[in-house]
Amino acid sequence: MIIPEPFRLLTSLLAVAGFIGANAAYLVWVERKAAAWFQRRAGPTEVGWGGLLQPLADAIKLMSKQIIVPPGTDRLLFCLAPVLIMVPAAMCFAVLPFSAALVPRDINVSLLMVFAFGSLNVIAVMLAGWSSRNKYAIISAARVVSQNVAYEIPMLLVVITVLMVSRTMNLTEIVAKQAGGFWHWNVFNLAANPLMPVTFVIFFICMLAETNRAPFDMAEAESELVAGVFTEYAGMGFGVFFMAEYANIVAGCAMATILFLGGWHSPIGLWPGVWWFLLKMYFLIFTVIWVRWTFPRTQFYGLLNLSWKILIPLSLFTLVLTSGLLKIFGR
Amino acid sequence: MKAPFNEVISGFVSLLTGMGITLGQLFRPIVTVQYPHQTLTMPKRFRGHILLKKEPTTGKSTCVACDLCVKACPSDCILVEGEKKPGEKRKSVTLFELDYTKCSLCGACVEVCPVDALEYSRAYNLASTSKQEYKVMDLVKRLEDSKHP
Ligand code: SF4
Ligand code: SF4
Repeated sequence: MIIPEPFRLLTSLLAVAGFIGANAAYLVWVERKAAAWFQRRAGPTEVGWGGLLQPLADAIKLMSKQIIVPPGTDRLLFCLAPVLIMVPAAMCFAVLPFSAALVPRDINVSLLMVFAFGSLNVIAVMLAGWSSRNKYAIISAARVVSQNVAYEIPMLLVVITVLMVSRTMNLTEIVAKQAGGFWHWNVFNLAANPLMPVTFVIFFICMLAETNRAPFDMAEAESELVAGVFTEYAGMGFGVFFMAEYANIVAGCAMATILFLGGWHSPIGLWPGVWWFLLKMYFLIFTVIWVRWTFPRTQFYGLLNLSWKILIPLSLFTLVLTSGLLKIFGR
Repeated sequence: MKAPFNEVISGFVSLLTGMGITLGQLFRPIVTVQYPHQTLTMPKRFRGHILLKKEPTTGKSTCVACDLCVKACPSDCILVEGEKKPGEKRKSVTLFELDYTKCSLCGACVEVCPVDALEYSRAYNLASTSKQEYKVMDLVKRLEDSKHP
């Protein structure tokens, strides 16, 4: 079905905004429920059946709180930071292909665009920390910057590997090339590179670090730095950061699905469609939550060591290996 | 040369083992008590605030107003008054006030009582909007109001 232009823009906008809003609201619920079950508690049960209206209650609570801009902060940057973190996260959704036909804007550099906007995340977090005039916030901001710089490198190296294998920057085409059973997915594309599953794991770990999720949640680090860069934010200012975290997780897991897990393709060749995409994406999101409630926060040095000593050499090696194999077997 | 590789691989395996353990917990039953809807019954030896015991035959307290508990209390939070009623051999208690805001739940009063007139209550859901309710707890009145023996 082709929708004529201005309406297509409008529907895409509404659909993306609705998708992000619904996910941010209900992933909080899923996270709280899953956290509780991992720890053998019951989680939210009071508001609505099984706590299902809890996100609504949270939203009302956050919105009814006063937004306080502490004196001495850099007012403009302080207010700009939540916007700056939310907008790039939402922008990524404009080019994500949910299925062959279900993509808001099918542009041929969509891969580049997602990572370009994805890397703006760190600037917003840094601005939030910098403008807060709070020492905990600024320590946390400094940590986040070095963490994100360290993890951006292996992530992009891994993406270049995928790029070389699929020879296109168009996400729709990258998925289209993985058609026909799970053995064609990039993660199992052992002919191109026998280390493909390792690159997937590297991508996933970097994605956790880039979205500042536990065990890499240096941005918040509530046990050491009060609430990290979010310390001075009240009410919906904090709420927007919270929503952006979940929007980033969804975008990250969607990218992992597109680049490695064959997007909307079915693993067995049956019933291809958007449901496979959602199934894979939500499984990855569940894994993100699962990782968070399994591992404690890493020490900062351990975090940088992991990137510089293990992930970067490994991803460089897979890059060289892939290019060598492509040169020899030249496909 | 081999050591760093082994370290990475064994480290990764240990991460997966950890995730396996948490996944196992996910499907096991919930162990916490949903507090306002469910409450635990306190064990026999739980020490709440003190209460005057009810003598099953008379329905009254056996306290003889000897003031030993008043003297034993390290926090000075008991006030006892009694009188000798006509036709009775011993004094009986007319006023027994506990200042629960100061009580340290040490149990000295219960230990010292010669006629075993005090016991611990099993109440732990104590809350009030005024301090006065716990500042002066009239235990004689509570004994009279209490239904079960
Ligand atoms: S329990 Fe201890 S502190 Fe409390 S009233 Fe008895 S003697 Fe005093
Ligand atoms: S409660 Fe026991 S110790 Fe205290 S005044 Fe009465 S008889 Fe004496």
